[in-house]
Amino acid sequence: MFLIDTLTHRLKSGCRTMKYPNGPAPQLPDRHGGALRLESERCADGCRACVSVCPTEAIAPLTAKGVTLDLGRCLFCSECIIACPTGAITQTGDHRMAVRRREDLILGGRGNEEVRLASALDNQMLKIFGRSLRLRQVSAGGDGSAEADLNVLGTIVWDLSRFGIQFVASPRHADGLVVTGPVSSNMELALKKTYAAMAAPKFVIAVGACAISGGPFRGNPEVHDGIGSMLPVDLYIPGWPPHPITILDGLLRLLGHVKEPCAAEVIGKR
Amino acid sequence: MERRCSAALPNAVTSDSPLVLLANSTGLPWNEIPEFQIGDLVGIVRGELDRGGRLCAWFGVPEGSGVRVVCVIAFDADNTLAAGRSAPFEGAFPSLTATHAQAHLFERELWEQHHLMPEGHPWLKPVRRSSGGAPVMDEFFRVEGREIHEVAVGPVHAGIIEPGHFRFQCSGEEVIHLEIALGYQHRGIEHGLVGGPRRATMSQMEAVAGDSSIGHAWAYSAVTEALAVTEVPLRAQWLRAIALELERLANHTGDLGALANDVAFLPTASACGKIRGDFLNLTALLCGNRFGRGLVRPGGCRLDLGPDRLIQMGERLEAALAEVEQASAWLWDSASVRARFEGIGTVFARQATDLGLVGPAARACGLVRDVRYDHPTEWYRFAQAPVAVWPSGDVFARARVRWFEIQRSGQLLREQLRSAPDGDPFATLPVLQPETLAVALVEGWRGEICHVALTDSESRLRGYKIVDPSFHNWSGLALAMRGQAISDFPICNKSFNLSYCGFDL
Repeated sequence: MFLIDTLTHRLKSGCRTMKYPNGPAPQLPDRHGGALRLESERCADGCRACVSVCPTEAIAPLTAKGVTLDLGRCLFCSECIIACPTGAITQTGDHRMAVRRREDLILGGRGNEEVRLASALDNQMLKIFGRSLRLRQVSAGGDGSAEADLNVLGTIVWDLSRFGIQFVASPRHADGLVVTGPVSSNMELALKKTYAAMAAPKFVIAVGACAISGGPFRGNPEVHDGIGSMLPVDLYIPGWPPHPITILDGLLRLLGHVKEPCAAEVIGKR
Repeated sequence: MERRCSAALPNAVTSDSPLVLLANSTGLPWNEIPEFQIGDLVGIVRGELDRGGRLCAWFGVPEGSGVRVVCVIAFDADNTLAAGRSAPFEGAFPSLTATHAQAHLFERELWEQHHLMPEGHPWLKPVRRSSGGAPVMDEFFRVEGREIHEVAVGPVHAGIIEPGHFRFQCSGEEVIHLEIALGYQHRGIEHGLVGGPRRATMSQMEAVAGDSSIGHAWAYSAVTEALAVTEVPLRAQWLRAIALELERLANHTGDLGALANDVAFLPTASACGKIRGDFLNLTALLCGNRFGRGLVRPGGCRLDLGPDRLIQMGERLEAALAEVEQASAWLWDSASVRARFEGIGTVFARQATDLGLVGPAARACGLVRDVRYDHPTEWYRFAQAPVAVWPSGDVFARARVRWFEIQRSGQLLREQLRSAPDGDPFATLPVLQPETLAVALVEGWRGEICHVALTDSESRLRGYKIVDPSFHNWSGLALAMRGQAISDFPICNKSFNLSYCGFDL
């Protein structure tokens, strides 16, 4: 019975793998809000309403007027949006947030209203990794949520391996190191050993606010405030944890499979 | 907001307890917690555990140059908690572990954090202490003999999973002893709370164990509300219960899939991976975050389910429940799966009682132990699911209990989505009471989440103790592996699916 039952079920349910990137990307939940946009020229003089509600001090006041917002620290709790009296911080609903440089996550000032999305690896690296990429994941004080949403990419819905990307068991087999968590002191040694065990050329991907900046644990003496001070990071994927589509977009962006510019760049060119 | 009565009514078994009784999610003035000399307190706790009590927390609070040890004991059958404290002391005390194994990690903490020496502790070593970028491991238990070999696994495992170290003593394939050494994920959460709460505290609570965000956020909120002597609005209680059951559904479904995967039964494995996501997306429908972050706050819930959202949730829930029903039917129908699950990693009821196991791991040993039923608070006073129990204590039982809980949580949600109370989901909290101890238990999907808070004279946190269910249950996994083939470790490990970060804090 089982055989007939499963076969019938498979025929009825059809292909469960999403069309993306050849079709539309899955929608973020409406209350997620996606990437944030900051138009600091709309800030009221001397207004600090958003600064004091941010749980991770992601928002810093500028001396004159306005603020900067660091999406690498942001937990996407939306408290700042609620607190802002002038609508300077808005949700774009955009799942794309991965960047190549840490400073590209900092919003504020003309031209920097949104994150500056990641570009692909250089041609030489793309030649090596473009069609076959092996990743080793290390959780270093991660709470299990970013890890869970990385695992999700392996399910039938997302089917990461169709892009030639796979998570492997040994750092010896890996091209890239995917780090989650604020890097607890107790994982420092294991993390460095894992990185050292990988053959060059290799790169590092920081997934989630914790890995990028320490997230809510930033400043605790038991953690290192993210991976940045320890290893060179090639891709930052913000979120708490990042939605699977945000992670997938980051990986595809790195491999040059997704190239469309972000809204700010389009506006800039007009 | 309603004022709330904090005293529990004493009843038959517990009425003569020398400890003070209190109900779940209530507080008591610190000076009303009875004080004993530490030797006497250990004796009292022994007596209470011998007559059916269960150790929820056993931790230290520094005072002057000494430390007070605080106990929180649950009498599940009597639906009450009991608390007591020692006079401040330094140096040694008679170990509770010597007679009651469930205290062993608590006393290792007391030794590590407060330099109190539990005399007679059989295996005293650090829990999370750091040295040279790794936790201090000390000596592992070793079995000697020509045929004996040792297997060391971790901290970095072959998968996308948190780090921990497992040290097996094996004779051929057979595991004689497994020692589990954690601490790699230590982020200093409890230590960082002293003097708080701070701006990042709520977010830290949501990340104590990332797959139990609702459970820990609820426990923290409940303890805070107990310190403010208030109860949150009904609407918030209802929303919290919905979110907690969705969290249970997502994780139990994921676990069934992972168990199927470990015995190479791919239809259920692939289906459950997808359905788990459907449940996570229902949580995201409620609050935007797949793990429920940003929903539960002291005072209630930040977001509500409007009428449209409620209808959508009901429809999508039905679809996901139908799918998980189908996927698990394949699993239970398959003789090859049953053969791999049955008789593997058995923990006996007596062992589970001695170790103080909680959650599905305890219920799979036949223990009727569920905070929602034994110590109901908030919405669980009005709506309950039957406690899911299976007696065999093996991988099969742990899988089976999960499946029962998926069905019962599903049914509970179906009913509760139709009985929404009116009103606002949030009310601002009054100031917290100074010098008060409050305890909150929440039945997360892994089991009992226990938070204990103590305020100082300015209502700041003077001490905070978090006990994730994993803290009790890792010892259960170690015991389950005795006499098993080492190749059965993955499936035994999945059947418990414990948190590393929740343990390491």
